[in-house]
Formats: sequence, C-alpha cells, structure tokens
Amino acid sequence: MMDVNVVIAGAAGEGIQTVGSIFSVAAAKCGLAVFSWQEYESRIRGGLNSYSIRISTSLKNAPRRDADVLLPLRKEARKKYRSWLNPNGLLIADEQDNTDGATEIFVPFNKIAREKWQSPIYANTIAVGALWSVIGGDFEALQVAVEDEFQGKAETVIKNNVEAARDGYLFAEKSCQGICPWKLEKRPDRFYLIAGSPAIALGSVKAGCRFMAAYPMTPATGIITFLTQHRKECKVFTEQAEDEIAAINMAIGAQFAGVRAMTATSGGGFSLMVEALSLAGMVEVPVVVVLAQRPGPATGLPTRTAQGDLLFAIHSGHGEFPKVVLAPSDPYDAFHKMVRAFNLADKYQIPIIVMTDQFLADSQFSIPDFDVELAKVETFIASPSDFSTYKRYSITASGISPRLYPGQSKYLVTADSDEHDEDGHITEDLDGVAVPMMEKRLRKLQSLRREIRPPERFFMEDDVEEVFVGWGSTRQAIFEAVEILREEGKRIGALHFTELWPLPELSSKEEFFPPKASITIIEQNATGQFASLLRRELVIRDAKSMLFYSGLPVTAQDIRRRFYGRD
Amino acid sequence: MVEISDFYSETPVQWCPGCPNHAILTTLKEALVELGKHPHEICLVSGIGQAAKLPHYMPCNFFNGLHGRALPVATAIAVAQPNLTVIVTTGEGDCYGEGGNHFIHTLRRNPNITLFVHNNSIYALTKGQASPTTPPGERRSLNPDGVTQPPLNSLGIAILHRAAFVARAFALDRAQLKSIMMEAIQCRGFSYVDIIQPCITWDPRPLDWFRKNVKPLDSSHDPADLKKALELALLPAPPIFTGVFFKTTDRPVFGDDFLMEMGVSSLVEPVFPSDKDVLKILEQFR
Repeated sequence: MMDVNVVIAGAAGEGIQTVGSIFSVAAAKCGLAVFSWQEYESRIRGGLNSYSIRISTSLKNAPRRDADVLLPLRKEARKKYRSWLNPNGLLIADEQDNTDGATEIFVPFNKIAREKWQSPIYANTIAVGALWSVIGGDFEALQVAVEDEFQGKAETVIKNNVEAARDGYLFAEKSCQGICPWKLEKRPDRFYLIAGSPAIALGSVKAGCRFMAAYPMTPATGIITFLTQHRKECKVFTEQAEDEIAAINMAIGAQFAGVRAMTATSGGGFSLMVEALSLAGMVEVPVVVVLAQRPGPATGLPTRTAQGDLLFAIHSGHGEFPKVVLAPSDPYDAFHKMVRAFNLADKYQIPIIVMTDQFLADSQFSIPDFDVELAKVETFIASPSDFSTYKRYSITASGISPRLYPGQSKYLVTADSDEHDEDGHITEDLDGVAVPMMEKRLRKLQSLRREIRPPERFFMEDDVEEVFVGWGSTRQAIFEAVEILREEGKRIGALHFTELWPLPELSSKEEFFPPKASITIIEQNATGQFASLLRRELVIRDAKSMLFYSGLPVTAQDIRRRFYGRD
Repeated sequence: MVEISDFYSETPVQWCPGCPNHAILTTLKEALVELGKHPHEICLVSGIGQAAKLPHYMPCNFFNGLHGRALPVATAIAVAQPNLTVIVTTGEGDCYGEGGNHFIHTLRRNPNITLFVHNNSIYALTKGQASPTTPPGERRSLNPDGVTQPPLNSLGIAILHRAAFVARAFALDRAQLKSIMMEAIQCRGFSYVDIIQPCITWDPRPLDWFRKNVKPLDSSHDPADLKKALELALLPAPPIFTGVFFKTTDRPVFGDDFLMEMGVSSLVEPVFPSDKDVLKILEQFR
C-alpha cells in the first residue's frame, strides 16, 4: 500500500501554492487519494511555509507532519523543515549540501531555469516535474495538471511550462535510479479533491442560501470568495460588509425578509457579531454563522488552527435563548451540515453556529462520492392562508410561532429586540408577557435536544478499555490513531461529536460509554473545553484530557506519542 | 384606497407630551397615505432610542433591532425584497454615533431605502449626554465644561458621497416636512433626511429659538448642483437651513445588477441551483 507524504516548503509568494496544486491534481487524476494541508505565516510575502500532500492508495484524510519527500524551494526552508524528513526520506535539492545527512535527489531547478529559459519563473515547474518523477508518476498525468493550472494563459506559457516540467522530470529520473522506492500506478478511482471552504459554500447553495455578507477574515474568507467567484452558478448575492457587525445584521435582515442568509468569520469577528446573535435569539429570526476557528486570544495566530472557541460559541450572546452549535468533521460532512444548519435555523427560528477551523477550511480532502441528494432541504415559512388573524410571536406549546415574512401577504410581520408581546410590541408587563415569552422561546430547547444527533462510534466493541472522544475536524487524526493503536494491541474505541449544542439528552453515562472504559477527550485547545462541557452536561467526572494547542493540526502520531508518553 | 385611519395604532406612545416626534409621526403617516402606501407594503427599520420607537406607533412591518444597526438590516431587506418601501427611523446618536460606520458605508452602497434621522442634538433616553451633533460649548452631563468637539457634518458627508437624495427638514414645519418625506420615499436609491427635532426636555434652547433660526433654503437652489449643495452644508449654523440640498439619479442602486443578472425581481423568488447544478459545480473538484 502506498502512503507517501510530500512536503513542499518555501517562502510565501514563492509559488508553493502552484507547485502543490499541480502536484495534488496530477496525483488525484491518477486515481489516488490525496490529502493536503498547509501551514503558513501571517504575511503576504516571505516567511517560511509548508504545503503537505499525502498520497495513498486507500483513503487517508488525515495530516502527517513527517516527510517522505521534502522539496525546499530555498535554502532556509531546507534548514527549517529538515527535521520533518523521515530517516529514509528523500530530499529534492536545488543546491547540493550533504552536511545535514539527508539523502538528496539533485535537481538544480533554479540554475536550469536561468540557463535554459533566462527566467527564474520556470524553476517551480521544473521542481514539480522533479517531484513527480521522484514518486514514480507517469508524465502524461503531470502534463494534464500543468495544462490545467495554466489554462487561460498564452499558448507559449502553457507550452513552456510543460517543457519545463519535462526537464525537471527527466533530470530527476536519472538521479532517482536505485534510490526512489515508489512507482505510482494509475487507479480507476476518481475522488473529489475539495477543501472545507468551498464545501461549506456549496452546502449553503444546496440549502437554498441566497444572501451572504461577510468581512474578510482568515480562515473564513474562502467561503464568500467561492460564492462570489461562482456567482453565476451559485446564485448567491454576496456583499463585503464594512465590519462583522454589519455582516451579521445584514444576514439577519435578509432572513427577516424571507431569504436564507448567512455570514462567516473567525474569533475576533465572531466577538463583534455576538450582540446580533443575541438579537437573532430575541427576534426569532434564523441565521447561520460559520465560525472558522484559529488560535486566540485576540488576533492570536491568525493563520494557524485551533478548537479554542467552543465554550465561547455555546455561551455566545447576552441573555438566554436557544441556539445550535455544529462542528463538521470534513468537507463532505460540512456540505451536509450546512443544509442541516439552514433547516434547523429555519425550523426553530434561531441562530446556528457552524464551527470549523483553519485546518478544515484550507485542507483538501479526497471524497469518494458526493451524494448531494442525501441532504434534504426543508423549509418552514408558514402560508398566510392558514390564518384568520396573525400574531408573529404567538405563544405555542412547541415555542415555535408560525413565521411569515414582510411583503408576503397583508399580515404585518414584526421584530423587536426589546422584550415584546405576541404582536412584537415592546412590553414592560413582566409577569403577564415577559415571563411567558421567555418560556416560549426556551421551550424550543426540549425538541432541539431530541433532534440533535448522537456521536459517531468507532470500534466501540465490548472489550474497549479506553475511549477517545473528539469533535469537529480532528476526526480523521483520532480515527487513524485508534487504528494504529489497535494494531499495536490496545483496546481503544472512539466517539466523535459533530453536533455539540445542545448535547443530546442522556439518561446515564453508560448510553455512550462502556462501563469500565476510561475516557480521554482529545481537543485542540489548552483548557479542555469539550471535556468540561461533557462533565457538566453528561455527568462524566472521570474524563482525562489530551490537549494540543501549538497551532498545527493534530496528527495520529501526535496522539500515539502522547498515549505512550503519559504512562 | 388607503386612509389615515389605516395607520391608527392602539399602542400607547411613550414620547414626552409635546415632543416634536409626535409631529414627525403624524406627518409620516400623512405622507404615506398621500403616496398611497398600505401598511403591509412598508417596512420600518430602527435601532435604539426615542426615534427608534416610532415603528411601534403605526401599523406596518417593522424591524426594531440593535443600537446603531438599523442601516445594515434595512439594506439587506431592500435587496431581498425591492417591492417593500423600506424606511429607517433613527436618532442622531443611533445613526451618527453608534452606527457612524454603517452610515458612511450605506452612502457608498446606495441601497433603495429612506433614512429619517430625528436630530435633537442630545442623548435623551440616557438622560442628557452630548450627541455627535450637540453644539460646542453646551454643558452636558459628561461635558461639565462644555462640549469641545465640533458637531458632525452629516449633510456634508452625504453630499460628498453623492447620496441619491439629501435634505434637512424641521419637525415643526409640517408642510415642508411632508413634501420632503414624500420626495425622499419616492426617490430610488439612498434618500437621507436630517430632521431637526428639538428636545423639549434637555435642549437649553426654547422652541422659539428654533422657529427663528431654522430657515428654508433659497428657492433658487438647484439640488443637482453638488458644489453649491456642499457649500450650503458647510455654512456655520445658525441659521439652520432646511430643504433639498442634493439629488442625483446617476448612482446604481445596490443589488439591482444582481437581480437583473439572475432575472428575478426579488431574492425570495425560488431560483436556487438544483442538485444537478450543484453536482456540476462539484465536478470542478474531480
């Protein structure tokens, strides 16, 4: 079984993206499962960044932080990422330097570019040709990927790049002989290679979202960018708001007017949105907010990944009102969760927070099949013909009042951020109106709890001695860690949550956990937020935490090392 | 036929007796009746403050949201449903203070909404602090030595950004107020009217001071003349000039291009991409 992790490293603006993208597409076109993730500094040019591409014959949608092949585009990158290279790994060297003991495949891509093309711009394409050769790929597939990458450019640009790729390919082929162990065989599989951001965008399109306003903030920006650049096909009206406050208020305004609408942001922007989130809770207007997490507090590490906003999201908004917090595990789940988010928001007339993170937003996953029909769009706007009189906030047993929108009929539709009566008018009648109105809104929680889906179970057999618990985008890393540890004889199972608030009602801990199993909650934050939530809501007192908060995505090997290291 | 009785509301008004806000409310109802607008065709949007309570005092659709945030809400409603008459009623603290950023950017966007700012130069509901338009020197609870900052020149800002319609009115000149309101509502694009609404509780100047110092613009002023409009807006007050300062039809209205491209008259119309369309977009990733 092939499982190769290739790491391309260099400065921002140097072309890592182009090299990574051509290489990923070429591998995907050969029918291999590709998983890529990126880590980068918060700057436009310079710094040192990496683009990791894991190529395998079976699905491995999890990151690795060790390199089988390392391609540093500059000397400094070689120095910084040398420690990632596996003992028997290969380094593609532009300049020979055996002082660090790495096994080198020498391809002077900068020199070739200068001498043959009198231009350094072809160096990256030569490098990607070399990389492709090192893992034993067929040149034709690379040619298609190069042509794809430069499509729309002048004919000579495409031609020269194909030739540059071939130069690199042939040069490396000679140096590879007897060293490179891989032979990349074409396979009949055809995966979707998609990152979280476009998947979320498309999920919202499927859900019938017609309006999105957002203020650009890493790592949430990719969603509105995708919808805007594909606006002819997606048919979503998008607006770059002046700030996050305007963005969420616009989304609420559009929803009030009967249109499915959303916004997306990250930590600091979400902080600004919180007042309006509480507004949505009070006026009972549905709204979907994507919260793409990155480490904080404040501006934190703007381009890194984290799961540090969970309790903030659950408790966001002043006062008490029902809301739902979802955390998809991968792009396919994210697509379907967006439909679910819009349906739930609409059904309960509440805000829904969909939590992703930099890792999920930017990483490309291989998805075998995109069943778009599986996600069913449900709408809950009432019909004016059902009423002889209409009160927007009529007190009901379920807590849900029938929702019309202004302009739909002669019935007037109101919204007030003050406590209000059934007509939506301000009230100071505390016992007569304010108390029943608060209770009406909170009654929604009872049916919401029943609607929340239980966690996914992996290997939860009777012999399980320890249960790993995770949430959101760490699913694949935890799953892979459990697989490895089980192969090593450890009796481990796992539970993975993607619906976090409200937590499903539990009569006893045993419903989820085998009676004698110990519980380890794995999260990418420093204070064990999900653990404290489980302790509080599910009466689990004896859970341990395994926490990662470096800003890099957790890998299976990280979990494995920590598992053994703690004894 | 719509009649003034269609705008009768049972909700008790919570403004001080004698407040010029009552005149603004009555005049707005009259303007809407004269324009033939039914309550269900109107959506009032407001934030927080005394002016923001206005939507409660007449039957209509309304969204009474957060302090300073009426304009983004109204902008989205207007794009979503261009057939609704979207009117924002707000105070100068709400609009120029808390919501100043949105005021500027709404001017840039030019959505089809009408903004009425009840400008009484005071934070009345929070009991007498200075607002962005309080005259310098006036002593206020948080400015015991007198306000030192100059008042915000909101008309100047609106004219500079070529808002579709920029006017100032006086709450106690109801004939002029009504005609300006009607013109503002009929004008497509962002129509902005600053309404001088003296506070009878907190303003040290009596109503008669306003009657003397508020003056209509010379009838020869041509609202198409941007330079002249700006010049008038920059004149030191008093006198406080009222009338239509500036008017233009050459700005595109926010959202029109999208609706036209999609061939729909509102975003509520169901033209979502089908499952087949979604799969087609997804094919780019395969």
